[in-house]
Amino acid sequence: MATLTMSRAPLGGFSFENCKRNAILEGETSKLGFSLPAARKTGTTICGVVFKDGVVLGADTRATEGMIVADKNCSKIHYISPNIYCCGAGTAADTEMTTQIISSNLELHSLSTGRLPRVATANRMLKQMLFRYQGYIGAALVLGGVDCNGPHLYSIYPHGSTDKLPYVTMGSGSLAAMAVFEDRYKPDMEEEEAKGLVRDAIAAGIFNDLGSGSNIDLCVITKGNVDYIRPHDEANKKGVRTGDYKYKRGTTAVLTKAVSPLNLELVEESVQTMDTS
Amino acid sequence: MNSRGLRSQLQDSVPVSGLCPQGAYGVQDSLRSGFTSVKNELLPSHPLELSEKNFQLNQDKMNFSTLRNIQGLHAPLKLQMEFRAARQVQRLPFLRSSNLALDTLRGSDESIGFEDILNDPSQSEVMGEPHMMVEYKLGLL
Repeated sequence: MATLTMSRAPLGGFSFENCKRNAILEGETSKLGFSLPAARKTGTTICGVVFKDGVVLGADTRATEGMIVADKNCSKIHYISPNIYCCGAGTAADTEMTTQIISSNLELHSLSTGRLPRVATANRMLKQMLFRYQGYIGAALVLGGVDCNGPHLYSIYPHGSTDKLPYVTMGSGSLAAMAVFEDRYKPDMEEEEAKGLVRDAIAAGIFNDLGSGSNIDLCVITKGNVDYIRPHDEANKKGVRTGDYKYKRGTTAVLTKAVSPLNLELVEESVQTMDTS
Repeated sequence: MNSRGLRSQLQDSVPVSGLCPQGAYGVQDSLRSGFTSVKNELLPSHPLELSEKNFQLNQDKMNFSTLRNIQGLHAPLKLQMEFRAARQVQRLPFLRSSNLALDTLRGSDESIGFEDILNDPSQSEVMGEPHMMVEYKLGLL
C-alpha cells in the first residue's frame, strides 16, 4: 500500500521544504571555501522630504550582487497608488514583491471604500506584513504621498517598525544623505529648493558609498499631480574615449594599383521564403 | 450528520513523529529533509515555519476573543456557526474547492497575500490518488 500516496491539500504561501537541505549545503560548501550565491540587493541611497505642497522622493539607480554591479539603471521608486509612491532598499526582489502586493491590496481597498487611499493605510499594511515575517523579508522602505490630510512621509524598517518624519533616508548611503539633510533642511520649502536638496543628498550617497551609484531619480508628489523624473541627474556617466586608434586614409602611401576582375558563373538560383509571422 | 468517518478523524488527531520518515514510500527523503536525526524531526526547519502554519488560526482566535470582549459571547458563536456551515460546502476530496463563501465571510476576498501568489494550490503539480482520498474521507481506509 506504500505505493499509493495521499496528499494533504497543500496550503499556499511560503514553502519551507528546502531549508534543511540549504543549511546542510551551506555548511558543506563553507568547509570547501566556497559561498552560496548572494541575493541581489539594492545597497542604496533613498530619501524623502516633505515640502510646502507635497513630498519629494529620491533614489539612486545601482543594484549590486555581492561585489558586482548587477544593474546600472534600476528603478527603485515603486508605484503604490496614484497619489502614493514608495522607494525600496534591501533585497531587490523583496522590495519589488512587497510593494506590488501592497499596491494591489490598496487598489482593492480603495475600490471598496470608494475613496483615494491614504498614506497611513499603506503604512499600516506594510508594517503588519513585515512584522508577520519577523524581518526575513529584507525590505527597508521610504513611503511618501499626498492624501486628503496633506503630505505624509514614513520610513519602514524590515522588522516592521515605522517612523513618521519630515525627512528620512534609508539604505547603505543613508548616513551621507542624512548629513546633507541635517545641514540644509528647513520646514515649508519651495518645490525647486526641495528637489535641489534631495538631489544633493542622493549625490552625497552616490559619491561616498560603494553600494550606491549611477543616476538620481526623483519623484515629486503634490495634490493631484505626480512628477516621475527618471533620470533627474546623470551623476555618473560612462567615460568617453579621448583617443582613437584608427588611422586616417592616406597615412600609408600607395605605390602601385592593379585591378583584376573575377569572372563567376551562376550555377544555381533558389528562393526560400522567410517565415515572417 | 458527520460526513467524515470517525476513523479518519482519529487518524488526523494523533500525529506520530519520529517513528516514520516523511518521504515517499516511507523512506527518508535526504535531498529535501536532510539526514534522519531526532533533532530534525522535532525542530522546525525555519523559525517562521510554525508561525506561518498557524497564522490563520491565530488570527481567527485573536479576532474572536476581541469580538467576545466587545459584543458578548453570542457574536463569535454566531460567526463560528456560519464559518462551519461555509466550510462544509466542498467538492470531492481530491479536487480543489474555491471556498468562495468562506473567503467572503473572512474578508479575504478583498485582499491579496503571499498565499495567493506563491505555491498556488490550484497550480500544484501533484494530485492525490482519487480513490484513496475518497476512502480516507469516508473512513473506509
